[in-house]
Amino acid sequence: MGAFLEGKGKSKEMNTPWQNLFWILIFPGFLFTLVLGLLASWLVRKVSALVQWRVGPPFYQPLADVMKLLGKEILIPQDACRVVFIAAPLVGLSGVLLLAVVLWQTAITQTAFVGDIIVAIYLMVLPSLALILGSSASASPHAAIGTSREMKLVLSYELPMALAFVVVIIKTAAAVGIGRQLDMAAISQCAPVLSVSGLLAFLTALLCIQAKLGFVPFDIAESETEVAGGVIIEYSGALLAVWKIMQAMMLVVLPLFLVMVFLGGFGTTGWPLAWGVGKYVLVLVLIILIKNTNPRVRIDQAMRFFWFYCGTAMVAAVILATLGSCYGIDWL
Amino acid sequence: MGWKLWSLKKSIWVFHVNTGACNNCDIEIVDLLTPKFDVERFGIKLVGSPRHADALLVTGVGTRQAAKRLQEVYRQTSKPCVVFCMGACACGTGIFEGAYHVAGPVDKIIKEVDPNAIIAYVPGCPPKPEAMISGVVKALSVL
Repeated sequence: MGAFLEGKGKSKEMNTPWQNLFWILIFPGFLFTLVLGLLASWLVRKVSALVQWRVGPPFYQPLADVMKLLGKEILIPQDACRVVFIAAPLVGLSGVLLLAVVLWQTAITQTAFVGDIIVAIYLMVLPSLALILGSSASASPHAAIGTSREMKLVLSYELPMALAFVVVIIKTAAAVGIGRQLDMAAISQCAPVLSVSGLLAFLTALLCIQAKLGFVPFDIAESETEVAGGVIIEYSGALLAVWKIMQAMMLVVLPLFLVMVFLGGFGTTGWPLAWGVGKYVLVLVLIILIKNTNPRVRIDQAMRFFWFYCGTAMVAAVILATLGSCYGIDWL
Repeated sequence: MGWKLWSLKKSIWVFHVNTGACNNCDIEIVDLLTPKFDVERFGIKLVGSPRHADALLVTGVGTRQAAKRLQEVYRQTSKPCVVFCMGACACGTGIFEGAYHVAGPVDKIIKEVDPNAIIAYVPGCPPKPEAMISGVVKALSVL
């Protein structure tokens, strides 16, 4: 991380280690994303409550939850693999933190390294992998069911999601110029959602994000009413707080990624900034409304949905996008 | 008030344990989540695992079958935690007093594991949702 900041930093001051550390830990890395994430998870609960005709929690609720969990006792099951059990939440958190820094770096300074979109796609898998690791280390039959479901869910949504980003890369290839096709800063100047294939890809990616966040209808791995918390059932105290922090940060980072890749990104001043924030809130509210208007599906239904329906739609979108770029038809 | 106590009072996560209740108290507990009462206003929510819980909402007399499980659930809960005895049966075995299947009121079962457990009582058959909210508020204000 430091290396590319040094290479691409705007001024000499950017290059000192302290500045890099500030960039990663405070703004716009850990602290900033955490505060935004806690506010976003409050928004999720508040909007859900309003949809259900309730009042909902006060705005500091997610903060109080995390603080309370940090102050509680940590229980580690007797048969658990202690090292993996403790390390897994930290691995997941650091993956999300890294992703946040890469995305903010691209959004704010418009500088990046070649292929950062590929790096971001890989980093997005880390939290799910950490969940799988942590829950399989916790030696609980409920967690084992959660693990197997999370694994199947990852297997099913990764394919359509990767294809959705392939669509974006094909759509924007002509506009961004040769050598920058995999460059997120260049891609975020275009808005591929304004075409048939781009719109298909955006909707599919939105549903994949829903599954990645573990929201209804794809909260199969965590389903509280049948496997009692599934993947995080054995976690308590500060370790559970780390999972909650990770989920809150994902709530910022994943919609931000969609905004940058599909919807034309962020500005840093004035109206472009407000417009960017508006797009982020739009994506977040779409996710919340999908969450509140659907029942939980079974794992086999989810796999069928992602592989056959989303997969087919994405293959069609790739073909459309390729035809569009071959014949110069923008709206395809 | 320290940050630990403040955040604990503002965010009580509840695990619901049925130790042989007739389901009446359970229905009233679920009432608390409905739009009319909406305890999420106070940061109270139901969780699926005792590891995540700050409060155990115990209903029922505590039958001989359920007593051991209740003790196990109490041991699995991460401390500090509060035990709420919901309803006449949980508070003092109610009409089942002295029956062959009763292992004692809930507080007796819990105190076998932890003599210093924090226990609150909400009597009633079943207690009204308003009474439950008032009981939770009173218990939290003496913490």
